[in-house]
Amino acid sequence: MATIEFLLNGTPRQCDVPPDTSILTLLRDHLGMTGTKEGCASGDCGACTVAIRNRSDAGSCFQSVNACITPAHQLNSRHLVTVEGLAQGNQLHPAQQAMVECHGSQCGFCTPGIVMSLFTLHTTQQRRPTPLTPERLEAVLGGNLCRCTGYRPIRDAALEMQSLPWQPPQWFDASLPATSVSNPDRIDENASLFAQPSTLDELTRVRRRYPNARLVAGATDLWLENTQRLVELDQLIDVTRVDELRRIEEASFQGQSGWWVGAGVTYTQLEPLLEPHFPAFAHLLHRLGSQQIRNTGTIGGNIANASPIGDTPPVLQALDAWVELANADGSRQIPLSTFFIDYKKTALAADEVVSRVFIPKLADTATLRVWKLSKRREDDISAVLGAFCYRLEAGVMLDVRIAFGGMAATPKRALATEKALEGKPLSKTSFQAAQQALDDEFTPMSDVRGSQLYRQQAARNLLERLYLTLFAPNQEVMLHAYAH
Amino acid sequence: MRTLTRLDADSHRARRELHDHIQGSGPLARHTVDSQSQRQAGSTSFHESAHKHVTGKAAYIDDIKTPADALHVALGLSLVAHGTLTKLDLEAVRQAPGVIDVITFDDVPGHTDIGPVFPGDPIFVDREISYAGQCLFAVAATTLQAARRAVKLARLDIDEHPASLDPVAATEREEFVRPTHVQERGDWQATLEQASQHIEGELFIGGQEHFYLEGQACIVLPSEDEGVIVHTSNQHPSETQKLVAEVLGIPFHAVTVEVRRMGGGFGGKETQASPWACMAALFARRTGKAIRLRLPRSEDTRATGKRHPFHNRYQLAVDHQGVIEGGEITLIGDCGYSPDLSDAIVDRAMFHADNAYSLGNARVTGHRAKTHTASNTAFRGFGGPQGMMIIEAAMDDIARRVGEDPLTIRKRNFYRQGRDITHYGQRVDQTQLLHTLVDTLEHSSDYWSRREAITAFNAASPIIKKGLALTPVKFGISFTAQHLNQAGALLHVYTDGSIMINHGGTEMGQGLHTKICQVVARELGLDLDSVRISATRTDKVPNTSPTAASSGADLNGMAARDAASKLRGRLFDFAAEHYSEGLDREGMRLEDGMLIAGIGESERRIPWGELVQTAYLNRISLSEKGFYATPLIYYDRATGQGRPFYYYAFGAAVGEVSVDTLTGEYQVDRVDILHDVGDSLNPAIDMGQVEGGFIQGLGWLTSEELKWNDNGMLISDGPATYKIPTFGDLPPIFNVELLEGHPNSMASLYRSKAVGEPPFMLGICVWSALRDALSSLTGYQVSPHLDTPATPERVMLAANAIRQKAL
Repeated sequence: MATIEFLLNGTPRQCDVPPDTSILTLLRDHLGMTGTKEGCASGDCGACTVAIRNRSDAGSCFQSVNACITPAHQLNSRHLVTVEGLAQGNQLHPAQQAMVECHGSQCGFCTPGIVMSLFTLHTTQQRRPTPLTPERLEAVLGGNLCRCTGYRPIRDAALEMQSLPWQPPQWFDASLPATSVSNPDRIDENASLFAQPSTLDELTRVRRRYPNARLVAGATDLWLENTQRLVELDQLIDVTRVDELRRIEEASFQGQSGWWVGAGVTYTQLEPLLEPHFPAFAHLLHRLGSQQIRNTGTIGGNIANASPIGDTPPVLQALDAWVELANADGSRQIPLSTFFIDYKKTALAADEVVSRVFIPKLADTATLRVWKLSKRREDDISAVLGAFCYRLEAGVMLDVRIAFGGMAATPKRALATEKALEGKPLSKTSFQAAQQALDDEFTPMSDVRGSQLYRQQAARNLLERLYLTLFAPNQEVMLHAYAH
Repeated sequence: MRTLTRLDADSHRARRELHDHIQGSGPLARHTVDSQSQRQAGSTSFHESAHKHVTGKAAYIDDIKTPADALHVALGLSLVAHGTLTKLDLEAVRQAPGVIDVITFDDVPGHTDIGPVFPGDPIFVDREISYAGQCLFAVAATTLQAARRAVKLARLDIDEHPASLDPVAATEREEFVRPTHVQERGDWQATLEQASQHIEGELFIGGQEHFYLEGQACIVLPSEDEGVIVHTSNQHPSETQKLVAEVLGIPFHAVTVEVRRMGGGFGGKETQASPWACMAALFARRTGKAIRLRLPRSEDTRATGKRHPFHNRYQLAVDHQGVIEGGEITLIGDCGYSPDLSDAIVDRAMFHADNAYSLGNARVTGHRAKTHTASNTAFRGFGGPQGMMIIEAAMDDIARRVGEDPLTIRKRNFYRQGRDITHYGQRVDQTQLLHTLVDTLEHSSDYWSRREAITAFNAASPIIKKGLALTPVKFGISFTAQHLNQAGALLHVYTDGSIMINHGGTEMGQGLHTKICQVVARELGLDLDSVRISATRTDKVPNTSPTAASSGADLNGMAARDAASKLRGRLFDFAAEHYSEGLDREGMRLEDGMLIAGIGESERRIPWGELVQTAYLNRISLSEKGFYATPLIYYDRATGQGRPFYYYAFGAAVGEVSVDTLTGEYQVDRVDILHDVGDSLNPAIDMGQVEGGFIQGLGWLTSEELKWNDNGMLISDGPATYKIPTFGDLPPIFNVELLEGHPNSMASLYRSKAVGEPPFMLGICVWSALRDALSSLTGYQVSPHLDTPATPERVMLAANAIRQKAL
């Protein structure tokens, strides 16, 4: 048990909960607030969406979060807003009013979650109005499944709510309680633990003391062990408050300029860096999880989780990224390509944490392309993800780096395929050789997301797409919905 | 279906009353009697719970508070698809922290078979395990977490057998859950033999998980004597009442079932909600405590049945114009391990194997294959969509064969005068409506100029291919089990003038309660706010039919109208007699919250509240029950002929897609829909059904893929692996309209038409458009084989296959 203090719909609350309590459990079971619904308990449907404000400064906005897989302890010194908090007396919030007027609810079960996603959009628009493009709406609402309406009335509500009158409630910018969880000093390996270190030094020390504790950042995968497999997560070290892990710094490393990105940087925080420098990578983020997931999931989590179908590792590999591993004694840097050893096995030692990632700047003449194949365009896990980085100089392919997700037990560089293209002229022949090399170096498996045949053939065809993109640049070789 | 009700007396009266105006003389939905209020039947009004939905105040099952000592239930589900349970050691489960009670097959005092229509569904496994996900035992504990963790401590010995997972092989071995049924009309064999050309094909059509956002859930409270009160997320409270009573071995009147609302149903809570209520009721009686049971998503997905996958084949004789002369269609429904509703579902697939086209001399055969999966069940369309798919596949195939546009072929084959008798003998009486609807859509969607543009685009684009298709829907309205076509309602007027209406239908988001309130408000000339529905309860309206087959408003609306009009008549009689100046009984009406008698100078107005109170003081009953039974319908299974449907609902959709033939990725670029709801009871709600149904149908045919491993374990058991449409699947151009000016030709409720299921099948246009795009790879010479769901994987492999064929 640890005590947390937070604001709930503007009212200060103090709660004691076991470490593996989710926000949803806190709300429904401990506080008896049943407006927030459980649809899947796996962060995939959005019925449990709530809004959280992280900082006291008035400039920051509420972010949507899946309450079912977000640890309640992370609420400490945050402001949590739920569907019960939006209406002021009988006066509905514009998100609610618009949903009523546009007939946006049928069975109503997903509605509280949709209202909360709309609420975060509304508050963002109030502060910094930006055009509500289809892509923007898709990003905001893609993580909220509705089985009844077909979404058209929800889209209408998103557009209409902007024009409804609204007075922010008094609590809207309320200052947040500035408490911190006390980090334990005594060593008791087996005791229940929730540690919330605020520096890398604290983090690595507590990590060494509690080798069995689980590190938690976005919890977007970890928490499924609890909700789906009933694993007790009774020792948790929350890395989301570690200053060093939240920084993005421009730097030079190994003679290359680029950025050190803290492992605790969320996808949402990463996006402004990627948009100008790696548009293809930024585009991928739009299809990585949902807004709720992107608001909490971190780049370090995506790497350390070492899933063969994690979306950022193949891209980072193609970019030749490095990863920094830290323990209480110091840190070391290794190429990301050597970090993944086997299925869910990494180079990380028991007392180490992933502290940051170095992403080198793309050379002016280099191109990055990222292509993700999945059953559903939005909020789906890749069947195959191909990342391609290269320069084309006088018709010759140079500095070719290719990596795939979903094709092996780990995210993996396609070294033989790269070799087949490196220094070769842009021609059908060299790409056919590359396709052959690809066939030889990967033996993907069949699973729920795709058969071996599909994975193999689709990966080959991505090489053909690359060839056509370069060889016949005026020809349409990609769908608009997927292109960038 | 086993909830037996004597039909004769009541339905006879209803039939007699309706007999005079069965065809065409009913009032229209849009003719509201109240000019002041726009919120009665035929007008748009908000969902009765909309305000509660958006504020989180609408309570679903798990939101209902129970006493602090309530117990939580978790289930022990089989991980094996087929086998014999030789040992079930639950000692460690019983000893686990927090566990209060554990039950198995042997602990059931009453019936152990809870099959809804036919036997075959044991409440718990006795010895034979028939699917992975079947329930072996249940645990009640002080917390849900404790119950779920205790389940994992069970020790099982199972003698595992090979699982039968292929319905085609099962059909060859004649392993059926119910006998095969055949519908035959004309000498189809001779027609096939003499045909100028034959065309044949086959298609696998995948199943579908309901993915109601609120999973299966119930709360059961022990009540006085030996009874229970059941709160359940449920489309068929009366059946749950019956099954709970039978499992407990108590009379039906000891069980009260209440449904306020469901967080989605779609057919998945017609029969699939009962087992959990039965289990919770057992615990409630054994422990004397309130019992909470809700299935975690993955268990819900594995334990409950889905839309039936089908394997369909056709062999048709067509003339040189591509018009069907006759032939044979064979449907194999994958029913899973038990009958459940499969007989009626495969029947409905057979009834829709023609969709909007005359099959000529035809035989339609429907097999009910038994496999070791969850027992497949009702899902919006109830087999109809799967039946339609094969004839829509045939239309595209015929078009490629004769070298015409698929739309041309479809229109040539439409039911028309002279070709208007279905293969099961029913006359299609609104054929002109179908032609008008499709012609209108063809123009409004600009079909032919888009066809030209697409053909030109494809000729210049080797990788990206566009496709276009218009597909129609003709859907038969009525339960095909005749006795289910009845409904009851109970109307109370309280002395402040407020009204409570209860009826047999359940609210699952479709807006049924809103429509019923509109009906009562209209009949009594009141504002919608005066009318309220508390919940669907078996102690208010008994022996109800499931809210299914799109029939909710048709049946229950008529029953509510019956109750309201009877009460109105009684109040008129009373007023005519009571008021001393003598009100004119003729021409008396209820409008704007007034009773109005006479016209002009002799007009007399009595406010509703005053009327009600005066009636009460004069000891006039202010309560009334209503009843309705659909007239005319019958079906003779022995001959496979009859008139199973009171009427048909129509619709059509045009879909345009772009396909990346390298990866199989595709996007829906535009959809245009025109749909027939007769005279709409509530255009906003009907529009919601049309759009939502379309998107759900789109999901069924595109991204929603059920996958089992070789051992029969469902591996797409949650939203991470089973992908229903999301916001981005809404087509960027989505023009949806309700057909106006075409009231139902039958005397339905204000001449409206049912709207729940028919729009689901509009989604077929997207699948057909994908085939159109792929066909362009061969210059429209070859019709591609494309099973469903048409995932990117299937589309890419189909593109490969058709390229090979073209070589």
